[in-house]
Amino acid sequence: MIALEKRPEPSRAFSLAAPLLAVAATMFFGGVLFALLGKDPFEAIQTIFWEPLFGQHWRYYSPQLLIKGAPLVLIAIGLSLGFKAGIWNIGAEGQYIMGALFGAGVGLAFYPTESVFIFPLMVLAGALGGWLWAMIPAVLKVKFGTNEILVSLMLVYVAEQFLASMALGLMRNPQGMGFPGSRNLQQYASAHNAELLSGTGMHWGVVAAFIAVIFGYVLLARHRLGFAIRVTGDAPRAAAFSGVNPARLVLFCLGMSGLLAGLAGVFEVAGPAGQVTIDFNVGYGFTAIIVAFLGRLHPVGILLAAALMALTYIGGDIAQSKLQLPAAAIQVFQGMLLFFLLALDLFTNYRLRLGRKEVV
Amino acid sequence: MTQPLLSLTSLTKAYPGVIANSDVSLKIAPGEVHALLGENGAGKSTLVKMIYGLVKPDSGQMQMNGQPFAPAEPSAARTAGVGMVFQHFSLFDAMSVAENIALGMENAPKLGALSAQISAVSEEYGLPLSPDRIVGDLSAGERQRVEIIRCLLQNPKLLIMDEPTSVLTPQEVEILFKTLRKLSAEGTAILYISHKLEEIRTLCDTATVLRLGKVVGHCTPRETTTREMAELMVGKLLQTPTRAGQQAGDVVLSLTGLRAPAPNAFGMALKDISLELRAGEVLGIGGVAGNGQDELLAALSGERPVPRGMVHFKGEDIGPLGPTARRERGLLTAPEERMGHAAAPDMSLTENAMLTGAVREGLDKGGFLDWPAATRFAQSIIDKFDVRTPGTHVAARSLSGGNLQKFVIGREVMQRPEVFVVNQPTWGVDASAAAAIRQALLDLAKNGAALIVISQDLDELMEISDRFAALNEGRLSEPRPAQGITVEEIGLLMGGAHGMEVAHV
Amino acid sequence: MDLSSINPIFFFAGFFVAATPLIFAAVGELVVEKTGVLNLGVEGMMIMGAICGFAVAVESGSPLLGFLAAAVGGAALSLLFAFLTQVMLANQVASGLALTLFGLGFSALLGQSYVGVKPPRLPDVNFGILGDIPVFGPIVLSHDIILYLGLVLVVAVWALLKYSRVGLVLRAVGENHDAAHALGFKVKRIRTLAIMFGGACAGVGGAYISLIRVPQWTEGMTAGIGWIALALVVFASWKPLRLLLGAYLFGGLVQLQLNLQAAGVAIPVEYLAMSPYVMTIVVLVLLSRDKGAAPGSLGRIFHASS
Repeated sequence: MIALEKRPEPSRAFSLAAPLLAVAATMFFGGVLFALLGKDPFEAIQTIFWEPLFGQHWRYYSPQLLIKGAPLVLIAIGLSLGFKAGIWNIGAEGQYIMGALFGAGVGLAFYPTESVFIFPLMVLAGALGGWLWAMIPAVLKVKFGTNEILVSLMLVYVAEQFLASMALGLMRNPQGMGFPGSRNLQQYASAHNAELLSGTGMHWGVVAAFIAVIFGYVLLARHRLGFAIRVTGDAPRAAAFSGVNPARLVLFCLGMSGLLAGLAGVFEVAGPAGQVTIDFNVGYGFTAIIVAFLGRLHPVGILLAAALMALTYIGGDIAQSKLQLPAAAIQVFQGMLLFFLLALDLFTNYRLRLGRKEVV
Repeated sequence: MTQPLLSLTSLTKAYPGVIANSDVSLKIAPGEVHALLGENGAGKSTLVKMIYGLVKPDSGQMQMNGQPFAPAEPSAARTAGVGMVFQHFSLFDAMSVAENIALGMENAPKLGALSAQISAVSEEYGLPLSPDRIVGDLSAGERQRVEIIRCLLQNPKLLIMDEPTSVLTPQEVEILFKTLRKLSAEGTAILYISHKLEEIRTLCDTATVLRLGKVVGHCTPRETTTREMAELMVGKLLQTPTRAGQQAGDVVLSLTGLRAPAPNAFGMALKDISLELRAGEVLGIGGVAGNGQDELLAALSGERPVPRGMVHFKGEDIGPLGPTARRERGLLTAPEERMGHAAAPDMSLTENAMLTGAVREGLDKGGFLDWPAATRFAQSIIDKFDVRTPGTHVAARSLSGGNLQKFVIGREVMQRPEVFVVNQPTWGVDASAAAAIRQALLDLAKNGAALIVISQDLDELMEISDRFAALNEGRLSEPRPAQGITVEEIGLLMGGAHGMEVAHV
Repeated sequence: MDLSSINPIFFFAGFFVAATPLIFAAVGELVVEKTGVLNLGVEGMMIMGAICGFAVAVESGSPLLGFLAAAVGGAALSLLFAFLTQVMLANQVASGLALTLFGLGFSALLGQSYVGVKPPRLPDVNFGILGDIPVFGPIVLSHDIILYLGLVLVVAVWALLKYSRVGLVLRAVGENHDAAHALGFKVKRIRTLAIMFGGACAGVGGAYISLIRVPQWTEGMTAGIGWIALALVVFASWKPLRLLLGAYLFGGLVQLQLNLQAAGVAIPVEYLAMSPYVMTIVVLVLLSRDKGAAPGSLGRIFHASS
């Protein structure tokens, strides 16, 4: 007879161990999945986790770690603030798109003027775009009590359509010979989010991601606002009693996560992606949800989780070309990770007790 | 002696870290009203949960009419003739009375037929109740009637009542006792759980006293003094709080026509509440649960700010101000619910000290929080109020009810409030912690603070209040001196017997 | 612009077809939410149903077998959610999201070899001469059996919740799980069964998209309908019959939008395509004041302490 028993207080040790166990379980069951797909599980796991870092082409792959990781960190830090307080922004993908469109819009509007002010202006516009898009669910929640989960998610679909319309219409490259997509910002020096150190993948978005981690850490550990977020997540009534204004907290958390997602978008469109295209967004906004949970909603944890998730992206690409592993397999792999994490999380607050057989 | 209806033989039930019941035996005869007496945490609830099939004993036997009795689940207990009225009602707010009753019955008839049965039983036992009403709209006393009628419709041989009078006015208690006596006369045994000794002396034939999970004595309440029973129950003599009568000072808090809409569908609106509170006095506010206590506290704490002109603190209009601004001025509060309202369960005591102490203790420096100072503050609360805990780092939820209550009351008292409003300061707290808390409140008043103590425990209110008022349906009665007030008068202030008008027709 | 190209008969008949996936998914979720569980994984369960149903229909040649497989697929995925939330006591919002993310990926993996395949067609029900009634016949009586099953299901759920003992217990568990437990109801078991019912319904709804409405398989083809179904439950205030009304409203909008696209209206395609989502938001705002109808324990974790 196994019984679940609530721990008197959350286990710190298990809180740290759960993500590692989840990764291990995912590797195991991922291996089983790959085997079922007819691939050698050991080779597949090795290709995904080892190849990008230590394989023979690591010089080519490792910059990708920063490129793929930075938007995940930026978005996940923002999401984690809300998640901690029980405010569920799951429309980061839409905010990311809007950030990119606002940023790129500013850049394209100035084309071909060259000025050092253009890129900073784009960054501001990107942040504004993401913030505005997130303020829609925030204001509706505060004013009317609408569910932010549904509204923010609906706005992803709206943003995707808007992206398509921009890529095919207003922002289409006049010299693109009719192909969809905007001018390539990589070829427009003032708007280009170029590599800061050649060959490292380091661009302004990576810098911003590290700043976001520090910002998130200080906010949560030391600042009144971060404390308000944590209390609200644990006990909303206690938060209200202590003087937290729930409406303002909703505006802050959603606004902040929108802003960070918008930043991720503008750094991406001006850098690694280069242009506004129909399929510009690749799901960072959703993967970041996994990153946020895997990182225990903790800024440093998110940094590590984003690195791991970026690795699976890169490793997944390699496995795709080398082993013909389907792209969807990586998506499944990431989904599994979240499953195991959520399941194992139980033991942070509960422990198993092997009881005697009950006698009556 | 006739064969007992129910006999329990050395029942034991252990939970990790606690032995809830150890070797408990007792016998109940048909028609007997048997009191189960004990402090919070003495193991009364666990014992009755075993009889009702919610918990399985680790060892020991139960017999019903001489036959082995081991209900695997409540429905088995109900089939065997056991009915139970819970302390925290097991009712469904959004459903009708009839639906609620149907849920608690084996083989419930169709709702139409059931409604007729409900009306019949409620008439027979003098418990008026309309089957179509939504339970969320009922008063606490009426809700209890739903549970009682639910049990009666099953023709129980044994009726378990867990602290039934804690939500009733004295007049409603009278009605309840009449019903119980009638049942007992008809041969239904009643297991009556309470820690109110006077009540037990008026109602019960026999009593079993539990302390820390063990039976410490049996007695015949009518032949035993309350003092003897209290000593059996608590195991030591208690100090009654001491107070120095003193002159009340200036008016520090005044409410003028305070109104607030109900916070939700089943909440209570505050209606035209006026009072003046003077420095150094304790105003006790009584009333049955759900008559606006939480709402009044929220309006005073600033959780639900009110329009201008309704709340004045030392002459300043503070109606629209939030909790932090009110705290800054010296108006401090402690809500009823410890876990989740007064304290965040998963956070450490340090963090919980920060929760309300940030402004007045200077723990918030320009938005950045001084954690070492918060830890010192938490430690000083622990020391001063004798909070039993391994340290400031433990989560609030790991503290026992009494210790956590001492912590959250101590947290506010340590901040030197000028006005302190507290709701149910000793609810669910063991006797020694309760005495300590009451003493702390009285000391606070002695040092010149003005107190409002909202409580459903009339004995407590009589013990510490200078003036008394009652909340009923969101209205506050005119406060009057507590000295010399009788239980009947209090009962009438509390609204008499709710919803009984129908009975007189 | 040529609005005359819109055939009113087809247009209104399309209402029913467009609304059916929503009806299935939403009525399933409604039952789940009535027991106090918020499963945000509807989108994931729908897409799993869409691919399971599609694959089995193609392999077996029987669309009905496909729908059965879709129900099984959706329910199987929902069991994962039930395990996480009922056994492992995980947060329901996070678990629902995980279900959706996983379902989208897993369905894409399963569906690789089915892209571009044409599924077998489910014949329309033959109503005999009734089908020849002008206007009414071609609009209402020209559909497949699953569509009518959806209507029956809504009415059945309505009657079950309102009149039966099972419905009463379901509502009780959702209203106050502690009280239900105290009365001896098996809260977790009841919820798990409801979750599986919701999963099966969502699966059938998903398969209706891949087998009848589109009909073909593409990755992520549910395109947010699962989320709209969640909104629909709120819109309906947890009342099955109002849900039907809402589903037709949305179905109508989708249909109108598609017809306008086809008719070449001057509004860009993208703006028409975003209209159902915008409309969902608008409806959520308009109805947000009516929160009282939500089950009391919705989204809260239940663990019997003793």
